[in-house]
Amino acid sequence: MRIELFKRPQHSVFYTVASPFIALALMIVFGALVFALAGKNPATGLYLYFVEPLTELWSLHELAVKASPLILIAAGLSVAYRANNWNIGAEGQFIMGGVFGAALPILFPAFQNVATLPLMLLFGTLGGMAWGAIPAFLKNRFNANEILTSLMLVYVASLLLDWLARGWFRDPQGYAFPGSIRLPAAASLPDIAPSQGSAHWGLAISIAVAVALWLVMGRTIKGFEVKVMGASPRAGRYAGFSAASMTWFSFLLSGGLAGLAGIAEVSGAIGQLRETISPGYGFTAIIVAFLGRLNPLGAIVAAFVLALTYLGGEAAQMTLGISDKLARVFQGMLLFFVLACDTLIHYRIRLVGTQKA
Amino acid sequence: MEIAQNIVLTILTAATPLLIAAIGELVVERSGVLNLGVEGMMVIGAVCGFAAAVLTGSPWIGVIAAILAGALFSLPFAFLTLTLATNQVATGLSLTLLGVGLSGLLGEAFVGSPGPRLAAIAVPGLVDIPLIGRLLFGQDPIFYLSILLTAGVVWFLFATRAGLTLRAIGDSHGSAHSLGIKVIRTRYLAVLFGGACAGLAGGHLSLVYTPQWVENMTAGRGWIALALVVFASWRPLRVMAGAYLFGAVTIGQLHAQAIGLGIPSQFLSALPYLATVLVLVLISSNRRLTMMNTPASLGRAFVPDR
Repeated sequence: MRIELFKRPQHSVFYTVASPFIALALMIVFGALVFALAGKNPATGLYLYFVEPLTELWSLHELAVKASPLILIAAGLSVAYRANNWNIGAEGQFIMGGVFGAALPILFPAFQNVATLPLMLLFGTLGGMAWGAIPAFLKNRFNANEILTSLMLVYVASLLLDWLARGWFRDPQGYAFPGSIRLPAAASLPDIAPSQGSAHWGLAISIAVAVALWLVMGRTIKGFEVKVMGASPRAGRYAGFSAASMTWFSFLLSGGLAGLAGIAEVSGAIGQLRETISPGYGFTAIIVAFLGRLNPLGAIVAAFVLALTYLGGEAAQMTLGISDKLARVFQGMLLFFVLACDTLIHYRIRLVGTQKA
Repeated sequence: MEIAQNIVLTILTAATPLLIAAIGELVVERSGVLNLGVEGMMVIGAVCGFAAAVLTGSPWIGVIAAILAGALFSLPFAFLTLTLATNQVATGLSLTLLGVGLSGLLGEAFVGSPGPRLAAIAVPGLVDIPLIGRLLFGQDPIFYLSILLTAGVVWFLFATRAGLTLRAIGDSHGSAHSLGIKVIRTRYLAVLFGGACAGLAGGHLSLVYTPQWVENMTAGRGWIALALVVFASWRPLRVMAGAYLFGAVTIGQLHAQAIGLGIPSQFLSALPYLATVLVLVLISSNRRLTMMNTPASLGRAFVPDR
């Protein structure tokens, strides 16, 4: 027996829609298997992971807090990946967004007025853009592989943040603990409904940006350019599009949005600059982007699914005593299943018995 | 002079996992497959090797477990990219994400437990030769293995028919298929070999370099190995030179931290990553050289016509 692929004359519309759902179903089967192997009741485990976080108001708020950065980063990455520009350093751009944005209230604590928060969001976006500009520049100017350079800069960014949180940006009254001052109210993204839970207005920004990007991709010449350059760079060249400026566009956009997500997280969710500000959002967002079919609207839905695994991991650890690291395994498996199912869009899969030729 | 020998020894030890992982990936890429999962396979090798060594008390069983775990973990990547013709960049990335997550889960019980160290070989008498004795006759077994591995890969790629076939597939999988060469089967074997090497490299980290398990202990070395392959323009001996260069940078910054030059330790820790970016820039800016050496089918999915 072996598996053979047969090219479909046209790509399958059915599987384009169905493939992420098949992938999710496979992940749930796999999850049940893991719980059974760990000697836990699979139904309880799956309930804790995928249902319980949805049953209470405060945990819905937590879900929104986790989904918000994922939406923003993944929407940008969707566009970059569509254009065949592999920015995998969003984690570093997220960190630099937090650093640049938070620098304003930390270095000028007296500057508190209506302009503080908008300026912070702007600086955060610029910080992410600046960090994303490095791999774009190195790719265009020196032909250096953007996958490797953008990833290396993640390590550099997290070391830089570590140094700032323990040194220059440290709270002088913080008894030598790492971390900046608590951000004042004027520098904090307000909560949507403070009496009910922790969700902040970053979620609204994320959704608005994702919808705007979806419109850009579907309705504008820029969106067309992104798709053409990704599908066929040669056709794009004949149409007069430039690969170099597409690289700039992809990295500035995805870097800027990752930076915006970073400052929104620091100012809305954490409330200070710490030595680490991300539980791997920049990497999880890669999974979100693919699960959302590299479509900014899809990213919104996919981000909530992935946010659910973060919360489910915590719930399962508290209730069943299963390590919350299992959530990372689920996330990784999900991407595998999505990629495998995507083959069905372009190919028929047949099992063929081996015969002597 | 004893100090000089010690410094060279630590550089060689720091470089060994990079060399092994990069040599494995070189063979994979020469066959036309880009596996970005090196970091994931390496960290899985590290945790499985360490766990097996702790549970059995034998570091050698740990080494074997690391190799097997790395090879086994490369299989899902091979199945997706070769049988299902998925995008190699995305699939490799997902292998790394899964490996980092899975190793954290598997290793949780072993955090902080003391592990057996794979002892260095010491050839009696010869190891006491001044200056070069310990360099040549007193290192850990995996170091010697890495040298043999490099020599073996040079011989295989450039002196055997199978090596020529593998390179032909990497340069033009379509033509190779027309000649009746088993493209997919060869690539499966290449990916498995790359996985075994990455696993061994991870095992070196958790059994020789720092005999313990720390989450994410590979710290980007798998990615540096990927960069080394580009830096070496897909030549095994240049991979070796590059690995020792990186070993020197790593050890150099550690010594600088120990001396305390007044430079924040985080800046020094960032040096190996910045050096990686720098060498990528230096080597890639020569577009002609890169074009000539890159396997022409690298990263492209292959679906045979029937």
